[in-house]
Amino acid sequence: MLLNEFLLLAAALFCIGVYGVIARKNGVLVLMSIEIILNSVNINLVAFSAMTGAISGQVFALFIIAVAAAEVGVGLAIVLAIFRNYKTVDLDEVDLMKG
Amino acid sequence: MLATVLAVAGGFTRPAVDWHALAPEIVLTVTIVICLLVDVTTAEHSRWTASSVAGIGMLAALVPVLTLAADNHSRSMFGGAYVVDDFALVLKGLFLVAGYLTILLSTNTIAEGDYAEGEYYLLILSAVFGMTVMASSRDLISIFIALEMLSIPAYLLAGWRKRTLTGNEAGMKYYLMGVFASAVMLYGMSLIFGGTGSTLLTEIGSKVNHSFMQEPVAVVGIIFVLVGFGFKVSAVPFHNWAPDTYEGAPTPVTAFLSVASKTAGFVAILQLVFIGFLDRADVIRPFMFVLAVLTMTVGNVIALRQTNIVRLFAYSSVAQAGFILAPLAVFGSGLGPGGVPGNNGRVLSAIVGYTLVYTLINLGVFAVIISVSRRLGTGDIKAWGGLWTYAPALATCMALFVFGLGGIPPAMGWFAKFQLFSAVVGGHTWLGYTMGVVMAVNSVISLAYYLSIVRTMFMDDVPDGDVTPIRVPLPLAAVVAIATIGAVVVGVLPEIVGHLANSAVFAMGAGH
Repeated sequence: MLLNEFLLLAAALFCIGVYGVIARKNGVLVLMSIEIILNSVNINLVAFSAMTGAISGQVFALFIIAVAAAEVGVGLAIVLAIFRNYKTVDLDEVDLMKG
Repeated sequence: MLATVLAVAGGFTRPAVDWHALAPEIVLTVTIVICLLVDVTTAEHSRWTASSVAGIGMLAALVPVLTLAADNHSRSMFGGAYVVDDFALVLKGLFLVAGYLTILLSTNTIAEGDYAEGEYYLLILSAVFGMTVMASSRDLISIFIALEMLSIPAYLLAGWRKRTLTGNEAGMKYYLMGVFASAVMLYGMSLIFGGTGSTLLTEIGSKVNHSFMQEPVAVVGIIFVLVGFGFKVSAVPFHNWAPDTYEGAPTPVTAFLSVASKTAGFVAILQLVFIGFLDRADVIRPFMFVLAVLTMTVGNVIALRQTNIVRLFAYSSVAQAGFILAPLAVFGSGLGPGGVPGNNGRVLSAIVGYTLVYTLINLGVFAVIISVSRRLGTGDIKAWGGLWTYAPALATCMALFVFGLGGIPPAMGWFAKFQLFSAVVGGHTWLGYTMGVVMAVNSVISLAYYLSIVRTMFMDDVPDGDVTPIRVPLPLAAVVAIATIGAVVVGVLPEIVGHLANSAVFAMGAGH
């Protein structure tokens, strides 16, 4: 059965992405880690879609690709605004409010 | 290549589109376009027209919602992926009213600060558009699109004060948490799609795929999806972003996020849980129990030691989210009215009713906070001392709202909170009884900090001795008035909310 390999790849990518989001301090690298998670979702959807023959999985993957581009556009804008004010993209520095 | 595409397209028939059912969304879309054109074509000093256009568009979109409600039969499009029933209409109405009140709240703050005006209203309209779509989405893809449609503008709004460090931090935290949550949610959705072969909620929930729903992987998928929405509604332990984002964002945006954006998260949870995942109520009940208990308790306990009024209401809104999630700990169990298995109807109507009341009161609270902060220039609660002596109307309204949030009987929140309790206890399970006790304890804790605000306003002395009256701009006064009238009317006639909430139920629970 070929499906297992795809699912394992997707699960591995998902774990790498979650690790990146939690461990990375650089804003841009966190954005990339989130992209890795989204791509693991795409692999899952396309693999399942090929297995079951339900086309909606591939449509879902297309929607995710489009929305991910919009999300990253906004994310980079926010990172850029932070870089202008803080002169760094280290997320640990961006922690003024507490309590 | 092109030939194959055309060959496939030859068999394509256009799905029937019910234009009347889509009318609210179409009106919003047209308003978005007009707003954009106004921003491009008008000079800098007349950008305020954008706020009028946005407000009128919001009210115009309410008209088709009312005609659809008068028409009184539910419409389904695209194979059941987009449904306009009473549940959807009640919530669309709620989102549009909340959006309109947010525009009233924003008008002065945005015009006076160094903000871009046209884009602001454009983003509010886009977010409200996403919410109205969310209320009708009965398919994983349309839920995802609606979620992003309402979240992406909200990320930008949260970071609106882009030249301040706190503004940047607010935007960044909200963005990272939100995007991470939707990625986790998508992974869960992909697993559910894999098991059921469909993205339609009704098909996911139907008996055909009953076998998959018993697989462990289905549980992983369901939990991932619910965790994703847990971030959206700021449930503990996924609430870290909320206080910082609420403090750093402009206050009208905070009001919008704590009310409309949060409600959209609840709407998605309700649709997923009651249509898609009803067969696995045994998994969702304990999960929601833990989530609701943690959310209420942590939110309330941290709120007790806040000194900034906006942060206090940030944690208060975290705690309120716990109350709203609480009835999900008993859904699908016990016997409801009429001997129907499960008290799903009661759970749903309690949640919808409480959301309606909470939205109105919280917008009122933020209107008072914005009015008073314009004068005080600080968020410190101590500065609110003696508000009663120089702004008696604002102080009285604030007291009324705060009593409503706390659930003290004459005020409007009481009936809705009573419904929550009766839904929780009505499940007749030990989980429900425990939840009832936790809710009662938390109501008392929340009264401690709600009443301390009232004490500061009425008992304490004015800190700097300045007792010139506060000048409240007309739009803010209108929001306070609308929320107060709503509070009094619903406090006297709680059946209104009960009726709206009940009509929302049957549309949804009928399938089961």
